[in-house]
Amino acid sequence: MADDLAKPEELLENSGYKRPATGWMDTPIDIRPGMYCYASNPKSVEYVGLPNPRQWNPLEDDWKLPENWQEIVHKGIKERLEKFRSFKIFMDVCVRCGACADKCHFFIGTGDPKNMPVLRAELLRSVYRNDFTTAGKIFKSLAGARPLTLDVLKEWWYYFFQCTECRRCSVFCPYGIDTAEITIIGRELLNLLGLNIDWIATPVANCYRTGNHLGIQPHAFKDMLEFFVEDIEDITGINVEPSYNKKGADILFITPSGDVFADPGTYTCMGYMILFKYLKDKYGFDITWSTYASEGGNFGFFTSHETMKRLNSKMYAEAKRLGVKWILGGECGHMWRVINQYMETMNGPADFLEEPVSPITGTKFENAKSTKMVHIAEFVADLIKHDKLELDPSRNDNQIVTFHDSCNPARGMGMLEEPRYVIKNVCNNFYEMPANTIRENTFCCGSGAGLNAGENMELRMCGGMPRANAVKYVHEKHGVNMLACVCAIDRAVFPALMEYWVPEVDVTGMSELVANALIMPGEKDRDTDLRGEPLPGKEDE
Amino acid sequence: MPEVEFQGKKFNVDEDGFIDDYTNWSEEWVQFVKQEEGISELNDEHKKVIDVLREYYEKNGIAPMVRVLSKVTGFKLKHIYELFPSGPGKGACKMAGLPKPTGCV
Repeated sequence: MADDLAKPEELLENSGYKRPATGWMDTPIDIRPGMYCYASNPKSVEYVGLPNPRQWNPLEDDWKLPENWQEIVHKGIKERLEKFRSFKIFMDVCVRCGACADKCHFFIGTGDPKNMPVLRAELLRSVYRNDFTTAGKIFKSLAGARPLTLDVLKEWWYYFFQCTECRRCSVFCPYGIDTAEITIIGRELLNLLGLNIDWIATPVANCYRTGNHLGIQPHAFKDMLEFFVEDIEDITGINVEPSYNKKGADILFITPSGDVFADPGTYTCMGYMILFKYLKDKYGFDITWSTYASEGGNFGFFTSHETMKRLNSKMYAEAKRLGVKWILGGECGHMWRVINQYMETMNGPADFLEEPVSPITGTKFENAKSTKMVHIAEFVADLIKHDKLELDPSRNDNQIVTFHDSCNPARGMGMLEEPRYVIKNVCNNFYEMPANTIRENTFCCGSGAGLNAGENMELRMCGGMPRANAVKYVHEKHGVNMLACVCAIDRAVFPALMEYWVPEVDVTGMSELVANALIMPGEKDRDTDLRGEPLPGKEDE
Repeated sequence: MPEVEFQGKKFNVDEDGFIDDYTNWSEEWVQFVKQEEGISELNDEHKKVIDVLREYYEKNGIAPMVRVLSKVTGFKLKHIYELFPSGPGKGACKMAGLPKPTGCV
């Protein structure tokens, strides 16, 4: 946590919803430390061949742009208006009713009017009107138009990287305008000038080089899973040695690399390994990990459509190379948005794969017919529904659990019931947060879409405040002490958010809870959970 | 890229003060980070953490996960924080000359 970060009370006082002294077009951009992420490292930009790699600093006046930068952006907008019908409609159709204004976690947390989704979109729309509409060309600012100046560009950069593309606003828009898609286009335009943030650019370059955001090479990837094998053997007495890059396996498993590397995601990873071993011993389940398709997430999605496509392509390529039947995906957030909304169009059709059928229950995953990718929550929910898992939920009795719907699985693929069904079957104590903060109304963690860096901690604590507030409510009302989620960014950022707003609450993934409850054939009498904490009733041993 | 000078040696560092390149690491860098971190005396335990980090990085091209660092050194996370007040990432990795990890971490 940053040392100079304001205390929670101070942050709340500062954020107040004060009426600005000047109109939004006349309010100059003020790029404030704590609210932005560092500029992209030129080495990373260069590695994937994106434009204008150079050392630059957002706080300096000169952003070292190409001389014809305005022309590049104008052309960029034009191309995208022609290519994306949705973008054109979203530019034209907004009536500025304001229904979205107070739905954004960043607006609620910062009180900055330019974080109202309508106004964030207006930053780009104003330039669109100026350059592409007759009314804008003639009536200028009277018609809400303004030319693209350097200050406007800086404003784009600052605010398009203060949006987590969570799409909560779009749920409330009477026109169904998806502000995330406007941010996506905004960032794509910024990338034409080399204006990315490093927390996105470097994971993208790493992923392109090694297959995952963290830059884990194959031998290290294997080494990390082996470490978990040892830990799991200590706890359960069972050797869960997984298979790697196995040709002819039935199923390929892909999960975010955060699960392999960062706590508490590592316990979720141990959860997958325990589950797969259980299914192998009981039902002959044949699944393999890949050291190449070793990333579920896709920070290319936060850069440009083209970059997303390039990073995503390894999933099908590896499935084809290994000759598996279908792909099982782990607990990741934006991975599922990419898969559900784009993958088949970008890198499909995956006609070399089969329509996914659970080899254990025979259930056909109709929803995964086109992508051939099944989410671990639906896969496990189906196993539990068919009574295929032997579970002792009392082993999770020390946890009083609530569930955070990760934005993308919830709003990007409509997965609302499955994780709840699983958690309620493996835990005895489960409480929902208030209805307007969960399911399709879920509040973002405040750090998604590549904003989970360390230097923008004030932004993250502001943006995560509405979510933390709902956690605080169930903590105070029901004694909730564990926040469960199905996303690696969530698992990476919630510990800091909880420490700041609700320090009594810890963070877990669904699969960790499953593995704690799962009774493995031949296991020893377990004394601890996966974290080495004593199980209920074993505290004194 | 900012430059820092310490005991006659120059180092290029990123915004968070991490050294730009692992190969530019030297004893002066260790002393510099020691001062930055406000560590009064470097003992064998500090040295052990640094050695483990560097050895792992040379083999794997990435910092070890915290749990590995903890297991290999035998130091609990709390103790690592006692040794390096900014923690295993911003303190120990920085001193060992490793880059910061990025991604879902």
